[in-house]
Amino acid sequence: MSLAVTLRTQPTVPLEAEVLSPARLAGLSAPEVAKLPVVHGNERADLGDFFQVSGTADGEVQLTGDLARVKHIGAGMADGRVVVHGPVGMHLGAGMTGGEILVEGDAADWVGPEMVGGRIVIKGNAGHMVGSASRGSAVGVRGGEIIVFGSAGNEVGHGMRRGLIAIGGDAGDFAGVSMLAGTIVVLGSLGWRAGAGMRRGSIVTMRPVELLPTFSYACTYAPLFLRLHLLRLRRLGLPVADSHVSGRYQRWCGDAVELNRGEVLILEA
Amino acid sequence: MLLQGVLIEDTFAEAFTMRVARLLITGRTPRWAREAALKLTGFATSVIGCKCEAGVERELAPGDTPDGRPGVSVLLLTMDKESLPQRLIERIGQTVLTCPTTACFDGLPDVPDRLPVGKALRAFGDGFQASKVVGDRRYWRIPVMEGEFLIEETFGMQKGVGGGNFLILAEDGDAALAAAEAAVEAMTGHPGVVLPFPGGVVRSGSKVGSKRYKKMIATTNDAFSPTLRAVTDSQLPEGVNSVLEIVLDGTDAAAIESAMRLGIRAACRPGVKAISAGNFGGKLGPHHFHLRRILNGGPPAA
Repeated sequence: MSLAVTLRTQPTVPLEAEVLSPARLAGLSAPEVAKLPVVHGNERADLGDFFQVSGTADGEVQLTGDLARVKHIGAGMADGRVVVHGPVGMHLGAGMTGGEILVEGDAADWVGPEMVGGRIVIKGNAGHMVGSASRGSAVGVRGGEIIVFGSAGNEVGHGMRRGLIAIGGDAGDFAGVSMLAGTIVVLGSLGWRAGAGMRRGSIVTMRPVELLPTFSYACTYAPLFLRLHLLRLRRLGLPVADSHVSGRYQRWCGDAVELNRGEVLILEA
Repeated sequence: MLLQGVLIEDTFAEAFTMRVARLLITGRTPRWAREAALKLTGFATSVIGCKCEAGVERELAPGDTPDGRPGVSVLLLTMDKESLPQRLIERIGQTVLTCPTTACFDGLPDVPDRLPVGKALRAFGDGFQASKVVGDRRYWRIPVMEGEFLIEETFGMQKGVGGGNFLILAEDGDAALAAAEAAVEAMTGHPGVVLPFPGGVVRSGSKVGSKRYKKMIATTNDAFSPTLRAVTDSQLPEGVNSVLEIVLDGTDAAAIESAMRLGIRAACRPGVKAISAGNFGGKLGPHHFHLRRILNGGPPAA
C-alpha cells in the first residue's frame, strides 16, 4: 500500500516540503509522517498542519491537491516513485539521483534543477528553468530524463551536461543556453536564442526556428541516434509522429562563441 | 536406433566452451543490413584458421531492433575472452562501419561482461565523434562521409558453445548435399545458433593433428573420407560414398541441442545411410551431445 498525502489546508505562502520524498518517508507510520518538519514561509511547521496522511510508505507516495505552493517535492530522491495528482510547485525533484516523479498537472519553475538521474514526467505544462543549473552554478542536469507533455518556459536545460529533456509542446527563449552536452527534444517550437553559448549537446525541434548568427549550417540528414530518442519518447507516451522518426533534419553547428561543438537539429518541412 | 530408415549411431558430438557476442546490425533496408552481416561473418568458419567463428543468427523485423529499422542478428565466437573484443573491433570496423546506412547494437545488453567495442571504434571519428546516452545505454556517433555511423559503446560477452556437429553419411554426393541443405533449412533462424561454414555445411571435417606433418594442427578426417576406406581405419558403413558435416555454434548448449534435433530429423531422408557425429573421445570438450538422447528428448547435454 502506498502512502497517501492529501492537502487539506492551502498554505498562504510557499511551503518547503522536501520531506515529501520516498527515502525520507520510508518505514514511517502515518502519524510519524505527519510530524515531519516543513517550512511555511519563514516559520517551521509540521507536515500534518497542511496534509492528511494515510497508508504506509512502501516506496510510492501519492500526493493529491493543489500543490502549486508546495516546493522541493522529491528533492534529492534516489529511488521510489512520487505521483502528484494536481499542480506542483517549484524545485520539483531538485538534485534527484533516481526514482520517478509523475505529475498529473502543471509544474511551476525549476523542475529538476541539477538532477543527476531518474525521471520526471509532467503531464501538463512546466514553468521556466526546466532541468536548469541553479543561479551561480555552471552545470545543470547531469543525467536522467525530464519529460513535459505540454509546453515549458525559458531556459530549458540551462547548463545541461548529460541526460534528456523532452518537451511535447513549445519551449521558451534560451533553450539549451550554456549547454555542455545532453539532448533537448522539443516537438513544438523553440523561442529566441536557442543554444546560446552552448558548447556541446543537441537541441532538436520539429518547427522552423531562427538561430543566432553564431550557428552554421552543416547538412540535412537523418541522424540515427535521434530515432532511438524519439522511439523511446513515443514509448513513454509523447506524441512522436512517424514523420519525426523518419524525417530529415537540418544540422546547425554552434555556438561559435564557445566550443562550436553543439548542434541544433531542425526537422525539414 | 532408426529414424525414417536412417541409422542414428550411438555416439556424440563433442563441443567446446567459447566466448560469444551477439551483434544487431540494422540498415535502411534489409539488403544493407544483410550486406554488412555477410561481410562481417565472412572468413569466420573455424578458429583453426580464422581466429573466430561467426554466422547470421536470424533476420530481424523493424519492431525487433533498437532503431526500428530492419536488421540482422549475428553471433561471433572466440576460444578465449581476451581475443573477442579485438575480433569485434576489427570486423565491425572494417565491415559495418564501412557499409552504407548501417548501425551496430549490442544483442546481449543484460550480460555483465562488457567489451568496449564502440568505445574503441569511436577513435575513427578523429575527435569529431560524440556520444549519446539513451535510457541507460551509451552510443557513439562517428561522423563518416555518408553521414554518421552509430554504434553502441559496449557489447556483452558470455560463455557460448562451439563445435556442436553431426555427420550425414549418404550413399552418394547428391543425397548428402540434399540432406545437408534440408538440415540447414530446418535450423536456419533458430534462436541462439549459427552455422559458421559455407551454407552451413562442411565437406572437410578434420581430426586433431596429423599422422605425417608435425606442424599441422588439423588434418583430414580420414576415418570418414570415402576415398580412403581401403587405406585407413575407416568408420564408414558399407554403401556410404559421401559425408557432409553440419557444425553449430551457439549461445548455450540447450540451443545447440534443440537445433541439432531439428537438423538431424530433416537430414533423415532417402539416400542417407546414417547420422554420426564428431568427437575426440570425450577428452577435450566439456559439452557432449549424444545423438540418440537428443532425438529421444532426453535430459540436456552437460
